[in-house]
Amino acid sequence: MQFWIIQTLNSLAFGGLLFLLASGFSLIFGLMRLANLAHGAFFMLGAYLGAAAIRSIPGLDLWSAALLAGFSVAAAGGLLERLVLRRLGSNPLGQVLVTLGISFIIADACLMLWGGDPIPMPAPDYLRRPILFAGIAFPAYRFAVVACAIVAALGLYLLLERTRIGAMIRAGVDDMDMARAIGIPVSKLFTAVFCLGAGIAGAGGVLGGPILSAYPGLDADMLPLALIVVILGGVGSLLGAFVGSFIIGFIYTFGTALLPDLAYVILFLPMIVVIAFRPQGLFGRLRA
Amino acid sequence: MRTVLLLLTAVVLASLPLFAGTFYINLASQILIAAIFALSLNLLVGYAGLTSLGHASFLGFAAYASAWASTNLGLGFAPAALLSITTTTLMAACFGLIALRATGLGFLMITLALSQVLWGLAYRWASLTNGDNGLTLAGRPAPFGIALDGAGAYYWFTLAVFAAAFTLMAVFVSSAFGSALKGTRDQPRRMAALGYNVWLIRWITFVYAGFWGGVAGLLYVYYHRYIHPTSLSITTSAEGLLGVIAGGSGTLGGPVIGAGLLVLLKNYASAYIERWNMLLGFVFLFIVLVIPEGIVPGVRRLLSRKGSGKP
Repeated sequence: MQFWIIQTLNSLAFGGLLFLLASGFSLIFGLMRLANLAHGAFFMLGAYLGAAAIRSIPGLDLWSAALLAGFSVAAAGGLLERLVLRRLGSNPLGQVLVTLGISFIIADACLMLWGGDPIPMPAPDYLRRPILFAGIAFPAYRFAVVACAIVAALGLYLLLERTRIGAMIRAGVDDMDMARAIGIPVSKLFTAVFCLGAGIAGAGGVLGGPILSAYPGLDADMLPLALIVVILGGVGSLLGAFVGSFIIGFIYTFGTALLPDLAYVILFLPMIVVIAFRPQGLFGRLRA
Repeated sequence: MRTVLLLLTAVVLASLPLFAGTFYINLASQILIAAIFALSLNLLVGYAGLTSLGHASFLGFAAYASAWASTNLGLGFAPAALLSITTTTLMAACFGLIALRATGLGFLMITLALSQVLWGLAYRWASLTNGDNGLTLAGRPAPFGIALDGAGAYYWFTLAVFAAAFTLMAVFVSSAFGSALKGTRDQPRRMAALGYNVWLIRWITFVYAGFWGGVAGLLYVYYHRYIHPTSLSITTSAEGLLGVIAGGSGTLGGPVIGAGLLVLLKNYASAYIERWNMLLGFVFLFIVLVIPEGIVPGVRRLLSRKGSGKP
């Protein structure tokens, strides 16, 4: 019994981390028609920056480190969008290749700066003690991660559905030319959404630190999961990213615990089912 | 002029082991293997307009399958190769069914996700793949009793396979089917209206490309006598794609030249710096931002401009 409950909590926490990664990827893809293959590298860069900040600034807690890393990665993402991706406006293949090149550069730079050994990140003291309930010890930090993901999801939902900027982003996702024609500053929106997506991924890397730690290859481990989440949930859909993240979180965590050899194959199955019956994803809309 | 040039190239390539040192012969073998891999990917990228970021699946799977069949089933090289190529082609048929539900960026993401799943499998399913230690091959095959252990012999073997691969892929793209394929790349809706089965044309091309990717994988594992999960990684797929795009996608010579330059760069750069992945990233940026059309079409454009300038 304890096994199932603990693994459920682990699945929820992992799903929350996946959401922090996949929501930004999905938003960027939905608005800019850009598959940002550097997104996993943003996640890893955030994790390393957070770990370095905690190490070198005494008294810095995990939450401030996550904010700091989130803003730094958002700034880096903004520069990338403005200086490089912008030049390739009408060339989606070129954009993908550039983000792939950037991901190689970031990954290798992290390896060069921080070495090949994993850098563990401690959870805040008050979350390190397990919560005892009904005779079962729950790792408290997992709850905090789930809470963060839900707060981020709510924040994104409110931003997209209840604000003027959100309305402009949705207009851009649905019909970019029309949005441009009625005077929505699509170009500024692109940069803003790219920064936002990169920032959430960067902060997510730090929040994932106490669970995953920062290690070389973190990007290559996380990016395919984010891709599968987005294929599953449908591109550009926040709800799709949310549901897809938790589905994959559960499948991956239970798969790793029960059938460690085949965890990656089990990821195939939901993807194949969805692609076969709903190629646009669970919550995606068909696009002409 | 063209035939003379081709003949000259053929003579130089065939006689290379007679005058070059072992290091250069081995380098040439690596270039030929990378070229077959890039040519097979080019069928999808250049002629079908489908950019795949998971082509390493076929190279890695074929290599693993043959190494596994030789060591665990005790098969000889020929049956192991046959088994490996058959299963790789079957896998390509299945992957094609999944990936071709989408085109464009969706296709790219699905192929990437599929190949990453295989990569994860190669790392984690240690009882089958030996995990991070990789699989070792006892030796090289000896077709018709000719041992391929020497650098020169293996080079000639690779060159023969390369010549066959190049010819068969050239025939494929210049056939009527190839013209239909280019049609589905440029005007899929018109082709569908003309009665062509666009999906089937793409799927056949996908399977054919997977087959040649598998052949490259066999040559790869025979050359190194070793296979590691990195051969299935996104870096391998990306190197292949970069070779295609750097040389010029949709041309026959481009991928060969692009892949060759990449192998040379990797070999020479790794003598000076350790950071191959970073260099690869910068090469990506350079190619996309500076010569997006690729080397071969770029040079051809320059030459034709010069030619037409003369009276």
